[in-house]
Amino acid sequence: MISPQTLALIREWLPQLLVAAGQTLQMTVWAYALGAVMGLLIALGGMSRQRWLSGLCRVYIEFIRGTPTLIQLFLIYFGLTSVNIVIPGFQAAVIALGAHYAAYMAEVYRSGIVAVDSGQREAAQAIGMRRGQAMAYVIFPQAVRIILPPMTNFAISLLKDTSVASLIAAPELMMRANDITSEYYMPMQVYLLSGAMYFAMSYPLSLGVRYLERRFGRGRQLNLNLA
Amino acid sequence: MSFSATAIPAATDADEPLVRIQSVHKHYGALHVLKGIDLDIRPGEKVSIIGPSGSGKTTLLRCVNYLERPTRGQIFINGELLGQKQGRRGFVELDDRSLARQRTGIGMVFQRFNLFPHLTVSQNVEIGPVKVLKVSRAEARERAIGLLGKVGLAEKRDAYPEMLSGGQQQRVAIARALAMQPTLMLFDEATSALDPELVGEVLNVMAQLAADGMTMMIVTHEMQFAEDVSDRVIFMDGGQIVEQGPPSRLFGAPEHPRTRGFLRAVLQKRTMP
Amino acid sequence: MSGGGWVRAYHLLPDFLGMLWAGAVMTVIVTAGGFVFAIVVGLLLAALRTGRSRLLHSLIYVYVEVFRAVPVLTQLFIIYFGLGAIGIRLNPIPSAVIGFGLNGGAYLTEVFRSGIESVNRGQTEAALSIGMTRTKALLYIVLPQAVRVVLPSIANFAIGLLKDTSLASAVAAPELSFNAHMLVDRTFLSTQIYLLVAVFYLAMSLPLSAVLHRLERGAARSRRA
Repeated sequence: MISPQTLALIREWLPQLLVAAGQTLQMTVWAYALGAVMGLLIALGGMSRQRWLSGLCRVYIEFIRGTPTLIQLFLIYFGLTSVNIVIPGFQAAVIALGAHYAAYMAEVYRSGIVAVDSGQREAAQAIGMRRGQAMAYVIFPQAVRIILPPMTNFAISLLKDTSVASLIAAPELMMRANDITSEYYMPMQVYLLSGAMYFAMSYPLSLGVRYLERRFGRGRQLNLNLA
Repeated sequence: MSFSATAIPAATDADEPLVRIQSVHKHYGALHVLKGIDLDIRPGEKVSIIGPSGSGKTTLLRCVNYLERPTRGQIFINGELLGQKQGRRGFVELDDRSLARQRTGIGMVFQRFNLFPHLTVSQNVEIGPVKVLKVSRAEARERAIGLLGKVGLAEKRDAYPEMLSGGQQQRVAIARALAMQPTLMLFDEATSALDPELVGEVLNVMAQLAADGMTMMIVTHEMQFAEDVSDRVIFMDGGQIVEQGPPSRLFGAPEHPRTRGFLRAVLQKRTMP
Repeated sequence: MSGGGWVRAYHLLPDFLGMLWAGAVMTVIVTAGGFVFAIVVGLLLAALRTGRSRLLHSLIYVYVEVFRAVPVLTQLFIIYFGLGAIGIRLNPIPSAVIGFGLNGGAYLTEVFRSGIESVNRGQTEAALSIGMTRTKALLYIVLPQAVRVVLPSIANFAIGLLKDTSLASAVAAPELSFNAHMLVDRTFLSTQIYLLVAVFYLAMSLPLSAVLHRLERGAARSRRA
């Protein structure tokens, strides 16, 4: 299927696609950072004793998890233009994806914190730690082991989900692939090539997740045995 | 009370052993678990295998229905080579279907019962006859009810395994194995996972089975039971058969120092308060 | 936000609802089709993986890793535009069902595999000891138990799939999101329409989440037992 002509074309496309893959990575990193921070705030808000705050966080999580990323993206990109807020595609995608992943990450933070035995908190307080200290020195280090594998998984799915940003014409890999396709009309070759680039970015991450799961999976059991 | 008419094996030649184990070795990587086991078991014979943990007795038993594949050596059941066939260049593995057919004649009872948790007690007993022997559901049901009656659990037939005590589960497991009308029954520490007060009910069922003439290989820690029921007791240690003989001789006058040491340790533990 | 937009949207609501309802029906069809496809692929490959063929193991591994590492949107485009360009023309709906089925199949292969591995080895041994072949042991003893273990993951997958079908709008499958774009193109009432669409998706996914929660509680209970 790969003729010399196609090979020449691929050589022509490759630099453009590599630049676009860089944009995909940038979008992933920004959206991930936004999601991680927002997610932590939502997780803490959800555990707050203020009913209205925890309720609000709950509603946010349910809304995000119950609707497609695409619709959220459109609401931010197209919806906000109707109130004269125009956000460029890239930024809109970062905000939409970040806000989306924040809801999922909040759940992971929460489960990580809940999973650490309440006896641990009591033990920390029994040796005179304050709430914040117990959180920082006892709960958090243990929770990290639990949340690290799913958090790395989010990086993989976020990386793939940035492709959705092409539907609001944000500059990234999928969008560039669409452009090249409409120019040369060789969709099979272009999309296979861009698919291979996604693979090259996400497969190492998934090997990383497996490593973390093996490592911390064992570590966690060990901890439980000692506890 | 008799468990099944086929408990007396069909072998006509009394000299022909039902089980013939020939210089069987088993390695797990560098670990040499069985170091050349030779053993014949006659039809109707009850053989208990005792020995310290790690002596290889469970591995040997698992080799006899090919849940473990011997690294070297052969096992014959009723003269038929188990799990392998003679290829052009030495022995080759038997295909899955033929191996399954060989296993239908060998019942096994596991330490941890291994009842199927998604099936009722009766379905646990029926599934073998229905799916393997292609017996009709009605007939399998009848057979199951009969066998459950004999292990004293007829009224539990519609319960799920998790609702039964360990002793009851193990009796169901015995009924499940018997439903295949095996000629040989293997017991792998069938009472080791049970609370002490539940051991007796399982041993009673096994003793009844022995009285009916079933050929049995029993890996056990119950010395009294081994003495009462067995025709022959085998003491294994370090992957070898150290000593064997009738229970009266092996328990009464063990010849090998390792046998004496083992029996002393076991009996001492038992008499300790 | 101009109040006029909301008033206009209110007057057009019957139109909107009709078109979005039709889209929602198609969303359910694509979801159901992709779901069944994915379950069949996942079960089949997870079962084949328990066999001893090295080649089969490697092929399944490659399939699972590739389909999980590449965006489903790329997969849809390869099936719809890519195959179309080399003469295999599929309509948008079948393309979407195949795309989501293959993508989900890769995911569910892993799910079923972990379910199978969670079933105690003793179960297989007991099944073999009553004369079952490996296939029968898998079919009658291991899989029924494995499926119970992974039911929450399957419900989770169904919810994700329902939302992912919105991507089928990019290959012009006339489902909920596609119909929404059409309405936006016609009326420019993007906020109102996309919010309405969000409500449609919530109405479909929240019942599924309720089922999921119930399954998770059930699974937690049976683990304790």
